[in-house]
Amino acid sequence: MTQIDPTGDPETNRILEPPFVPAVAPSDAPPVLSVRGLSVEFPTDDGVVRAVDDLSFDVFPNETLGIVGESGSGKSVTSLAILGLLPKQARVRGEVRFRGDNILGAKENTLRELRGDRIAMIFQDALAALNPVFTVGNQIAESIAVHHDLPKRELEARVVELLDMVGISQPAQRAKQYPHEFSGGMRQRAMIAMSIANDPDVLIADEPTTALDVTIQAQVLDVLERIQTRTRSAIMLITHDLGVVAGVAARVIVMYAGRQAELGTVDEIFYEPKHPYTRGLLASLPRVDRRVVNERLHRIEGQPPSLIFVPSGCAFHPRCPYADLQGLCVSERPPSVELSVGHCSDCHFAATLDERPVRP
Amino acid sequence: MRRIVYSVPVLVIASFFVFWGIRTTYDPTAKFRASRDSARIIAAKRKELGLDKTIIAQWWTWFTHFLQGNLGVSDRTNDRVWGMLTHAMWPSLQLMFWGTMFALVIAIAVGVYSAVKQYSIGDYAFTGISYIGIAMPTFLFGLLAISLLVTLPVTKFHLTHPYLYSVGLHSSGKSGFNIDYLRHLVLPVLTLTVQSVAVWSRFQRASMLDVLHADYVRTARAKGVPRRKVIFRHAFRNALIPLVTVVALDSAFLIGGLVITEQIFSISGMGQLFLFSLTGGDAPVLLGWFLVVAVFVIVFNLLADLMYGVLDPRIRIS
Amino acid sequence: MTTSSPETMAAAELALPPGAEPVARSNWQLFRRRFFRHKLAVLSIIVLFFLILVCFGASWLAPFPKNQTNLLITPGGPSAKHWFGTNEVGQDLLTQVMYGGQISLKIGLAVAFFSTVVGVVVGAMAGFYGGWIDQGLSRGTDLFLIVPELAILGVAIQRLGRSDNSFIIVLAALGWMYVARVVRGQVLSIKQKEFVEAARASGASGTRIVVRHILPNCIGPIMVNATLAIAAAVIAESTLTYLGLGLQPPATSWGILLNQAESAVTETSKFYLVFFPGAFLVLTVLAVNFLGDGLRDAFDPQSEHGSK
Repeated sequence: MTQIDPTGDPETNRILEPPFVPAVAPSDAPPVLSVRGLSVEFPTDDGVVRAVDDLSFDVFPNETLGIVGESGSGKSVTSLAILGLLPKQARVRGEVRFRGDNILGAKENTLRELRGDRIAMIFQDALAALNPVFTVGNQIAESIAVHHDLPKRELEARVVELLDMVGISQPAQRAKQYPHEFSGGMRQRAMIAMSIANDPDVLIADEPTTALDVTIQAQVLDVLERIQTRTRSAIMLITHDLGVVAGVAARVIVMYAGRQAELGTVDEIFYEPKHPYTRGLLASLPRVDRRVVNERLHRIEGQPPSLIFVPSGCAFHPRCPYADLQGLCVSERPPSVELSVGHCSDCHFAATLDERPVRP
Repeated sequence: MRRIVYSVPVLVIASFFVFWGIRTTYDPTAKFRASRDSARIIAAKRKELGLDKTIIAQWWTWFTHFLQGNLGVSDRTNDRVWGMLTHAMWPSLQLMFWGTMFALVIAIAVGVYSAVKQYSIGDYAFTGISYIGIAMPTFLFGLLAISLLVTLPVTKFHLTHPYLYSVGLHSSGKSGFNIDYLRHLVLPVLTLTVQSVAVWSRFQRASMLDVLHADYVRTARAKGVPRRKVIFRHAFRNALIPLVTVVALDSAFLIGGLVITEQIFSISGMGQLFLFSLTGGDAPVLLGWFLVVAVFVIVFNLLADLMYGVLDPRIRIS
Repeated sequence: MTTSSPETMAAAELALPPGAEPVARSNWQLFRRRFFRHKLAVLSIIVLFFLILVCFGASWLAPFPKNQTNLLITPGGPSAKHWFGTNEVGQDLLTQVMYGGQISLKIGLAVAFFSTVVGVVVGAMAGFYGGWIDQGLSRGTDLFLIVPELAILGVAIQRLGRSDNSFIIVLAALGWMYVARVVRGQVLSIKQKEFVEAARASGASGTRIVVRHILPNCIGPIMVNATLAIAAAVIAESTLTYLGLGLQPPATSWGILLNQAESAVTETSKFYLVFFPGAFLVLTVLAVNFLGDGLRDAFDPQSEHGSK
């Protein structure tokens, strides 16, 4: 583990009650998307699954916000909740403000006009996410046509332009092909082309590279970055892969058991992590530059929590090497502590983490 | 499809057993026993029909003739088998055609409705009805339909002609596609398809539900496609693909239903021909019958394959 | 579905202790819990039990002796004396339905039993050893893809004689293939699993592996198929008998009663002749199907509720 400078004087730390607003925005512009106290529950036969639990964050124009967590930490559910795409039985609470207006629980028609036009989504598995019985061009054209009345000729030209933009060669021919005739990387590019068709303000990319080979991953991320410089969209990049986040995002939210664990800039998260879970995640990354003979990869002990029986207090406490198992960590849910401007950790001992004894 | 082709040799073996079964159960010469000089006539007849040879030799004769395109003549009527079959085929094809169309339309409509409005009152009602439809033997449905939809109105309203007819496909002296034909067609088509509608609509519901939960439907919604369009453009076509297979595999079952339906509604088609030939011990006709039915099912499956290609571009390419 | 990951996680935790025994007691309890949650299936068991009791207890329960004709009374609909009415020759319909049920149910149950036994043995062999057994099985079942089963049944019954026993033989002889196919599929998928590999590595014989390890794991589909076989056999008997290809009086079955109810078709006042045997027939098939659904859900919680 890298040695970390103990930053932040405990006395200057403000304890924030959610919902809170991060003190300083990365840019002066108001956030394009604000999520406040978002909770999502699914009733199941075995009990209520709390997929997202009181989550708040902001997305600013033209920034890339990474959301990181293991599977089942509520990342994807969050993105679907924003667009109102959760199944009917989901119980959703909180607020999602797009340009100031709460769109959570808004009328289907209001949401429908936003979807794909102002807020667009890129899904993980492009083969499953593209309709097998329509051509790729047809599907891209559709996402334009449902929002804008364009003549057929212009529509076709726009589709070819989009495919070209995401780096698909021979775009005119490719537009006439079906998804199964595309390679994995090309399908993901086509998905991206589809999502940026209307120059959305927010682009939610849900594990856009997970299903791809490493080399293709890099290409796809590259496309995303290039697109962003052109469209100036805000990107919410949802992934379980810290490496992906490090390369692309400016700010990162680390999620655990449907809650925020830590929020900060990429540098803060990677070099000054203030939550035991973030530290565990970083330590479990294989590092080529610090390879020691016989060194074994660190792993976080224990199982990811059941979202039906979430541990009391801090959800991470059963696996946390720093936890006070007789006190606060078990009894009280940690508040979000802002350690420095824009760097928050949901840990009772966020400020004094480095001084705490570590359980073996 | 390959399975269908593979089963052709099985069909040949089965044809032998049918031949053996019929020949050893019924004696085609029995009807001559009462006549004067019966011994001589029977002996002559036996020689003529080849009954003096072993059963395998008899079957082999039939089989080689069949390979030359000769289905022989009926033991009962001495008519050419091929002629009898083509004659009987026409009413049956009409029933099959209208039946399949009707069953598909209703099953798809009900299935899609039930899936889109899952757990609604309508869904539960259709589920209940289809359970009864599945549990209802075809002939029983036919009997009930005639009692309740033909006889009951006739007695109750003292009609000279029922609203719906229960005999044949046309009133005597009439033909062609007209109101009279439709009034004859309703009940047999309902009877023939009640089970298929029940099973297929359940299947279509399940397949539609599957598709509605598919990623690409979510993508369509995320693009802002209106719900109606999501259902009918994105989901519907995909949900039809599995149904094609089921319908094709059920075609033999439908022909079984044809036997029952034609008997109940006195329609002189393939089904009645089968019953007459079986109870009359008419081996050549029965064998020809099995053959025509098998060919029909194979053709039906080929059509389904073509349909599959139209619906699913993944099949079309490969 | 986005909810699937937490759900499957929870399910994985519930089904954690498989232990050495493939069918652990906890699984059995789980099965019972799920089955009794399926209210229609529970109701169906009661209905089936009632039907079996009434039909097989006909000798004691029936109001009139079997086939007793009374030409002195006018045939008529349900009355206090004849609950289900009387038929053309003055037989009490309730009595006839009860005795008829004996034959129909006997055929259904016997066919289910024999086809299951034969099907399990052949299916397990085909799945485990493959080869020509496997080939023959597949080709045999494929035959019914191109030739209607009803026609084959009809021919076979004529050959064997139109008795209840030949129904049992023919229906079982054709029905076992479906069971075999299901068992074969199960065996093929289970064969790959670790515990079978482990048993094999520890030197267990083929038969032992099949009996001890594989069969307990396909009990679900086998039982579901057995219930379906009952329904199919009851329907096949009544259909062929109705068509005049099956049983003949003095034997009595629901099929025969329906065959004799032809006059109901032309006279509305005789509708009861179709209604009562028909209702018993449909009730039996419905109950058996619901029972199958309940078993399917209980054995395989993943399957979609009520879909066929």
